[in-house]
Amino acid sequence: MTLSMPPIPNLHAIAPEIIVLLTSLLVLLIDLIQLRGKKGGLAFLGAAGLALAGIFSYKLLQHPLATDIPGFAVDAYAQFFKIIFCLAGLMVIGISVRYLTLEGFSLGEYYSIILLAILGQMIMASGTHLLVIYVGLELMAISLYILAGFFKHHPKSNEAAVKYFLLGSFSSGIFLYGIMMAYGLTGSLDLSVIAGKVAGAELTGLLLLAVIMMGAGFAFKIAAVPFHFWTPDVYEGSPTSVTAFMSVGPKAAAFAALIRVFSSAFGTLRVEWTTLFICLSIATMVTGNLVALRQTNIKRMLAYSSIAHAGYLMVGFVAGGELGISSMLLYLRIYAFMNIGAFGVVILLNRVGGIGDRIDDFAGLSKVSRASAFVMLVFMLSLAGIPPTAGFAGKFYIFMAAVKNGYVWLAVIGVLNSAVSAYYYLRVIMRMYMVEPGDEPVLNVSTALSAILLIAVVGIIAIGIFPGFCLDLARTSVTSIL
Amino acid sequence: MPESYFPILLLLLIVGALASLILYLSRIIGPHEMTDAKAQPFESGIPAATPHHGSLSIRFYIIAMIFILFDIEVVFLYPWAVLFRRLGLFGFVEVVIFLGILTVGLAYAWRKGGLEWE
Repeated sequence: MTLSMPPIPNLHAIAPEIIVLLTSLLVLLIDLIQLRGKKGGLAFLGAAGLALAGIFSYKLLQHPLATDIPGFAVDAYAQFFKIIFCLAGLMVIGISVRYLTLEGFSLGEYYSIILLAILGQMIMASGTHLLVIYVGLELMAISLYILAGFFKHHPKSNEAAVKYFLLGSFSSGIFLYGIMMAYGLTGSLDLSVIAGKVAGAELTGLLLLAVIMMGAGFAFKIAAVPFHFWTPDVYEGSPTSVTAFMSVGPKAAAFAALIRVFSSAFGTLRVEWTTLFICLSIATMVTGNLVALRQTNIKRMLAYSSIAHAGYLMVGFVAGGELGISSMLLYLRIYAFMNIGAFGVVILLNRVGGIGDRIDDFAGLSKVSRASAFVMLVFMLSLAGIPPTAGFAGKFYIFMAAVKNGYVWLAVIGVLNSAVSAYYYLRVIMRMYMVEPGDEPVLNVSTALSAILLIAVVGIIAIGIFPGFCLDLARTSVTSIL
Repeated sequence: MPESYFPILLLLLIVGALASLILYLSRIIGPHEMTDAKAQPFESGIPAATPHHGSLSIRFYIIAMIFILFDIEVVFLYPWAVLFRRLGLFGFVEVVIFLGILTVGLAYAWRKGGLEWE
């Protein structure tokens, strides 16, 4: 047996991960010291850790470091995603604090588990070895199962956790089967080695099966049709702040790993898996948008809307190339702002015990609070993709990439779906501005929540008017993996 | 490449065939007489003292989870101990980090009363 001593890795290259892990442990330990104390300080500590990790990621994006950690890439591509995760985590912590206190579940573990889920997402974005990606995926998934059932006295929260756990572990199993097939056929789990073997070998049914199984595993995490059945129930039952987190971070992380695995390991099978993802993308857009039309619960509506958005993102993935992938990265960044923002407004209207989740509860919001109605207006317009919001810029670049790479008809389907989606987003706006308020809604305003909503609105409008900065960042990140 | 997995397929077929054969044989050869004793739940040959469908304390599950904490610790510590000299300082630091994270988990369980059994 030969045992090569692993060299001491360059710790600066994995500084974001180290910071997130240490913050998570610190939050847990401080929480143990003052069991009954207030948890606002822990939230602040967690947010500070995420901000610091995000800054380190940004520095690493600008000046990528070579690292000798096997199976772990510290390229600009991974850093771009890590910034999205940190941003999403920061915003979710901001909208959580008062919400958890009101619901009576203000616990320090919450922030610790959110940080661990983000750590898992970071590992997924950086992994270039299938097992590293899998470990990251499980760390994220197990944290999310706990968070989904965080309101342990609410039956719906329990239902969400059990459903998510059962279906999630099943999909992890399918993903593992795909990994096993790839290993059996190529003798390696390293993406670049697999790529070399796959390029030399002829296309067999087993290889295709490996690609399909891994695709199915990822499709579950990004909630693509037909692997979406868990989404509405889990999104509706989970605490709203957790739903906001689940709809952004895991989706972005799964896309990060999906893009890396499929474009590097299975790059030579592009023609085959493109067909697969065209089918998934069309099914996802159409199902998500059509079913969202009939929803009366805002969380379920946003769940179907998030399914539809996974469909738009897959259009960018199908288009591929620097243009397609960088437009996906830009869209995921924008999506973090608008989706967490929208859930933030849902939290604003939340009344204890899961009431206030109906779309009818938005009736006459503009009369009660002009500011919150305007904020929701911006998020809804952005999700619908109406200029000058960032949602328009994101969709524009995705569909343009599809057109330029010869998928004009797919872009047409995407635009038509976008038009359908405008109906249910505008319906919320209509309720807010044109309908008289019913029973007086109570707003749970807090400084942190207002700050997050302000950041989201400013982010959406700024990226909508000047998409150049973010797009350039996305383009430089993408060149590091193509 | 897939051709080299032919022996595994062969093994699967043989195992499947053998298992079905044995089950089939015991079905056609063995006697089928249901007696009172046979209808009882089997517990090491001892008659059941209490009804077997009671509820269990949730503490059993917590203890089982804490056991896994130590279990995993040991699984990783043994190989490290065997290769201690070759892994050197790097291995030592890694194990200390690993133990540190597990200790936080134990501290959490302890402080939250997971080890108490009143």
